[in-house]
Amino acid sequence: MSGIEFRGVTKTYPLYHHAFGGIKDLVVNFPRAFRSLRENSYTALKDVNFSVGNGEVLGVIGKNGAGKSTLLSLAAGVMKPSHGTVSVEGRVFPMLELGGGFHPDLTGKENIELNAVLLGLSRKEIRSRYQEIAEFAELGDFMLEPMRIYSSGMKAKLGFSVLANLDPDILIIDEVLAVGDYEFQQKCFDTMEKFKRKGVTMLFVSHSMGDIRRICDRVLVLHDHKVSLEAGVEDAISHYENLG
Amino acid sequence: MASARQWLDIIYVITAKEMKVKYNSTVFGYLWSLAQPMAYALIYFIAFKIVMRIQVENYTLFLVSGLFVWQWFNVSTNNCLNVYLANASLVKKLNFSRSILPFSMVLIELIHFVLSLPVIFVLLSVYELPLLNENWVLMPVIVVLQFCFTFGVSLIVSSVNLFFRDLERIVSVLLTFAFYLTPVVYPMSMVPEKYQYLFLLNPMAVYVELCRAVFLGGEIQFFLIGLAGLYAVLFMFVGHLIHSRLQWRFAEIL
Repeated sequence: MSGIEFRGVTKTYPLYHHAFGGIKDLVVNFPRAFRSLRENSYTALKDVNFSVGNGEVLGVIGKNGAGKSTLLSLAAGVMKPSHGTVSVEGRVFPMLELGGGFHPDLTGKENIELNAVLLGLSRKEIRSRYQEIAEFAELGDFMLEPMRIYSSGMKAKLGFSVLANLDPDILIIDEVLAVGDYEFQQKCFDTMEKFKRKGVTMLFVSHSMGDIRRICDRVLVLHDHKVSLEAGVEDAISHYENLG
Repeated sequence: MASARQWLDIIYVITAKEMKVKYNSTVFGYLWSLAQPMAYALIYFIAFKIVMRIQVENYTLFLVSGLFVWQWFNVSTNNCLNVYLANASLVKKLNFSRSILPFSMVLIELIHFVLSLPVIFVLLSVYELPLLNENWVLMPVIVVLQFCFTFGVSLIVSSVNLFFRDLERIVSVLLTFAFYLTPVVYPMSMVPEKYQYLFLLNPMAVYVELCRAVFLGGEIQFFLIGLAGLYAVLFMFVGHLIHSRLQWRFAEIL
């Protein structure tokens, strides 16, 4: 049993630049600064409901700024909703951003250990799987170079290789495969299909409708911070393409 | 929730990572961590011993034994101000217990503190003083208490600094204040008697006094241990309170 469920989820961010005026603002205009901090907020997601589980792949599409990344951050547990509940069952492995979960000054090899331990593996498990991860990543000698010199494609390869060699219950993937080369993308999709057969639940954000068609069972269309439609792949894509 | 084994692994990996990041680009690595307090010691020696002619026996040893203790707290606090900014790529993208980051920073400085102890032993033998005394029995307790105190302060500065960047400036001024209000360059006995109890309101004064009593021998006042415990509990409590309230906003603000 694994899955993610959002019930009535709303996420608002305070607009922190009010607080960044620093000490002068705070002292000079304390009441006003405080009030504006309370009243000004930005709603990134509004009353979102959906659930996904048991080996289903749910695609999330929407324009820039529609709330896709916020939705994934909530599912990954790095943020909490302002209202509503997010329940997650199972081991979640998120891949939210290029180089996310890695440290630029460490080598690829060191980063694999860091990332996997933070994802919940033990150091022993990682050592026994390092060879597979390194082979999957195809980075060769770059594995021993600091990650800050990696190209975007190489970062994506490293990130996906770690996930590909773990046993997730839930995978959360934010538009990161697009930077990999064709061959690597095929390898990623093969892996995702393999996971799908094993019953891994996935949340997948992409701007490539081809990718969405290839892997998703259902699609959530986000528009203006709300769920505009939750439907089968083709219906959702044509709905998205007709959004004003 | 993660098992104890898992926690140890995370702490190990993060601490090792910080050490690597810190020393990756410097050839002399650990030597630098010794060089800094030693350079300060030299400066204070010139200012207070040579120029102002302070009347303290074995002043070099006295100075160094206080400086290393102070440095543990000082460097931890400074490093923790930016620990979440420096690790934004981890905090924003992975869900792990955030306080492990400041914890590791304090742990690294504890390791540096322990690694700097040989300098004190060398000085003790130069001055032909006994290397060990019965006070060493209490050292583990003192170290644990100072660790808790420093970790508490680190929880506060690491989380609050994300929301209120002026804290960096304020902390650097406060640390300078605190340094001169801590008996590092002068002994507590030189503080006018009527102010001595006020000086004990500064937690670092308590920890420096206790550690120095261990290094140099002498009587340990038990009420100081009590005070050290009180500060440790108090700051851990307040630090935890503040940090746990703010930690869910870290990913939003970074």
